[in-house]
Order: sequence, then C-alpha cells, then structure tokens
Amino acid sequence: MKKLINDPADVVTEALQGMELAHADLIRVHYDPNYIVRADAPVQGKVGVLSGGGSGHEPMHGGFVGRGMLDAACPGAVFTSPTPDQVHAATKAVDGGAGVLHLVKNYTGDVANFEMAAELAEAEGLTVRSVVIDDDVAVKDSLYTAGRRGVGGTVLIEKLVGAAAERGDDLDSLAALAERINGQVRSMGMALTPCTVPHAGEPTFTLGEDEMEIGIGIHGEPGRERLPLEPADRITERLLEPIIEDLPFQSGDRTLLFVNGMGGTPLIELYIVYRHAVEVLRERGIEVVRSLVGSYITSLEMAGTSITLLRMDDELVELWDAPVLTPALRKGV
Amino acid sequence: MTITSADVVRFVETYAAAIAEQKDHLTRLDAAIGDADHGENMNRGFQAALAQLPDVADKTPADVLKTVAMALVSKVGGAAGPLYGTAFLRAATAVQGKPELTGEDVVNALAAGLEGVKMRGKSDVGDKTMIDAWAPAVDRARAVLDDGGDLPAALAAAAEAAAQGRDATEPMVARKGRASYLGERSAGHIDPGATSTALLFAALRCD
Repeated sequence: MKKLINDPADVVTEALQGMELAHADLIRVHYDPNYIVRADAPVQGKVGVLSGGGSGHEPMHGGFVGRGMLDAACPGAVFTSPTPDQVHAATKAVDGGAGVLHLVKNYTGDVANFEMAAELAEAEGLTVRSVVIDDDVAVKDSLYTAGRRGVGGTVLIEKLVGAAAERGDDLDSLAALAERINGQVRSMGMALTPCTVPHAGEPTFTLGEDEMEIGIGIHGEPGRERLPLEPADRITERLLEPIIEDLPFQSGDRTLLFVNGMGGTPLIELYIVYRHAVEVLRERGIEVVRSLVGSYITSLEMAGTSITLLRMDDELVELWDAPVLTPALRKGV
Repeated sequence: MTITSADVVRFVETYAAAIAEQKDHLTRLDAAIGDADHGENMNRGFQAALAQLPDVADKTPADVLKTVAMALVSKVGGAAGPLYGTAFLRAATAVQGKPELTGEDVVNALAAGLEGVKMRGKSDVGDKTMIDAWAPAVDRARAVLDDGGDLPAALAAAAEAAAQGRDATEPMVARKGRASYLGERSAGHIDPGATSTALLFAALRCD
C-alpha cells in the first residue's frame, strides 16, 4: 500500500484538520463527534440541510458545506457511515428553527444510523425530515436487494436542494423537492482499478490489466459484471444506455449531464467520456442544458467514472445556476 | 444457575478479545462481498465498550448491556453499529431492573436482541446476514431450556447452532446489506455479520 498518510487510524481526523485550516472562511469543523458546518451556522429561519456518509468519497460531503449547498456534513470512518451521535450533534448545530433535512444515501448502514439520529433529535423536540437517495441503476431495486445505492445523483441533489433552502423554502417543500429530483436522476459507474482502504492495507478486489468492473459502487464493493477492457466510447455507451432506458429519458428531454471521476481518473479522460455521452444523447434527441465534469464523488484512488443524468425543468435550471460557495463547488459568487 | 453483572462483563470481555483476534479475518470476509470494514468497526466498538465497563460493573446486567449498546452506537458506524447496538439495547430492555438473570431471562434477552436486529435491518432469516446465525441460536437455546436443560447446556447448543448458521450463509445469495448488490456473485462466501454473531454466541458459552 502506497499512500500519503501517517497512521491509518488518523486519516479522517488529519484530513479534517487540513480542511479546517484551508477553508476557515467557509466552514467550521467539530471533533469528537466529527462534523463540518458552514461558518455561519446555524442560519436563523433557514432549514438546515445535512448529509453525511463514509469518508473516502471526497470532496463529497464535507467539500459541499457552505452557502447555497449543505449546512452540515458528517464524515464517518473510511467507507463507514457516520454514527448517530455525530448526526444528532450536527443536526442540533444547524437547526435555525426551521427544521433540518437529512439527505441519506441508500446504504444499510447510512439509513440505520441516520434513522437512530433522527429519533434522538425528534425526542428533543427538533423537526427532522429524511430523504433517501437511490439513483444507481446498476442495482436492481427489488425485495431481493438492499435497494438501489445513492451515488452521483447525491451531488446534484445537495446542490439543488441547498439552493432551494437558501432561497427560503420550508422543510416539507425541500423534502418534496429532494424526492422529486431523486425520481428523475439516474447513475451508473465503472472501475478500471480497485481502491485500498487505509486500515485494510490491501485492495478490496482485484482487476486484471485487461479487465474492468461495470456497475461499481463507491465503496470498493465489486459491481455486477466484469468484462474485458474496451475503448472509452463503448464504456460510455455501457453506462449511459441503461440510464436512459431506466427512467426512461426521452427525445425532447432537457438534462444535466454529470461525468464523475472515481478519484484516480484524470480530467482529460472524463472529457473523452463526456464528449461521447453528449453524442449518444443527441442521437436520441435528448438535450444537455447543464453539465458537471470532474471528481466530486470518489472512491479513494479508484480509477473509473460514473455518469449521472438528471431530467431538468425551469425550476431546476434556476436552482442549478444559483450561487454556491463551498470548498469544492463554487460558482455565481 | 443465575447470571450476574460480573458474568455479563466477562462475556463482553471474552467477545471483545475474540473480535480483536479475528479482526483481520472478519475484514477479509467483508472484503469479498462487502466493503472491508467489519473487523475494524467491531473492534473499535468493543474496545470502546471495554473502556466503559469499570463504571458499570457493580450495577445490573441491563446497565452493562446498555453501556455496550451505547458504545457500539456511538463508535462503530456502518451497519454493524446500529445493528449490534440495537441488539444490546433491546437485550438490556428485556432484563431491565433484574439484579440477576435466570436461564429464561438470558434467552429472552437474546430473543429481544434478535427482534431488534430484524427491525433495524429490515431483514429476516435467509437474507445472508447475522440473523442467519442469531435466529437458530435463540431457537436451540430455548428448545434446550424447554426440555429441562440448564443454561450452560442451552448456551452450548446455541453456540453450535450459531456456527452452523454462519456456515449455512455460504451458499446463500444475499438479499440485504451491501452484499446484495452482488446478486448471484454473493454466493460462495460466508457472511461476515453471521461470523461475528457466531463469535458472540461462542463467547456466551459457560459450560
């Protein structure tokens, strides 16, 4: 294992300390329990928007804390959901009297820990609503799985719902908006290489030089299908076609296309994927009106990409264009 | 035979030692069908629990169980934290206020823990989870007591049933938890949660 770390046990804490030093103008970090809040939290009269999950997906979620996006993020251990006391403490820290919205990615651990945290907060008289995000088409949504995972769509939901909270939407409206976006966003990812969790010390799976994993998750968990490596255009089609068919996206749809890097893939390759994704969408009469290209929801040093497609409307375009000022995403300010 | 707080503390110490010893094994099992953190997480939680035991060792068995539950909930994260945390919390509630536990109390506590895991994980027998080790263990322990057996005999039978339940997860296709994303590819691997649960029942043995 070759990593820029000190003791594997200190990875999350030391990274938080670095973030705090680098972005003191935007965020504050609380330790034990660990959570990040925007510098001016709690914002009185505004709904607090909170998310969290295992570490190792940076910049998600901590990098998205700030004006126009998240009020708080709770980082767990690497690839491990945060604990209820973290989420509970962060919920109290961002409650400005208008309630707190929990945006939860659909993983067994995340859902269970956020559920316990919401119960603790509600027992103290706070109002909490939770929306579970499950946009990954690689997983069959059936009684026979834990359901679809929350992946790339999470980044878009955090931006759009954060913008709506900033303009003053109430808790119920924000929860409804998050549900609505979750219903019209779909994602799928793939890996060229595995990743190594620091405390595990060895890769969570192995891939041959000429192999790739389609339908990969964001925790180094293997995907659904292992195939021989193919050119970027074919891989793009393998990811995009199930996405289009699942919703389904149709001719005339206006979309936001998000091509994400898994952590170890350079931007130059992501643009190659983006280019062909637009070609495929155009062929089907699907218009791309907004874009996001870069590594925003990662899996440590895994090489690979995920594609996320969101059906847009005028309101979502307006929310996407609204100012956002966070360590990892800033525009319009 | 009755169970005192000191017995419960000894059980937690035995289980924590087993987790520490099997940490890498649990993580390897998890790497195959999950996310390679089960051993690390369980060890972090039980080391935290051990540190708090001296404060409650002279209180009731329920207090000891509740202390373990809160340590797991606050230190583990992942799925294991709320699942094992809920199990210990429900077990504590089942024997609330009792200074010593009869065999019946112990089995009731184990059954309450199982119900907590099912509720929190929205899962049941056959999903390739810790429930597949826990449920047969509770059934066997209760059957032994009902047949007039004593607690050591019941817990010995439970430990064997849990180990068999753990092994029985190998051919199963996972329907809950992260392993379920693998579909058919989850077959052929023993479930890490069922493995840590089998260790729990092994630590409960007092024969």
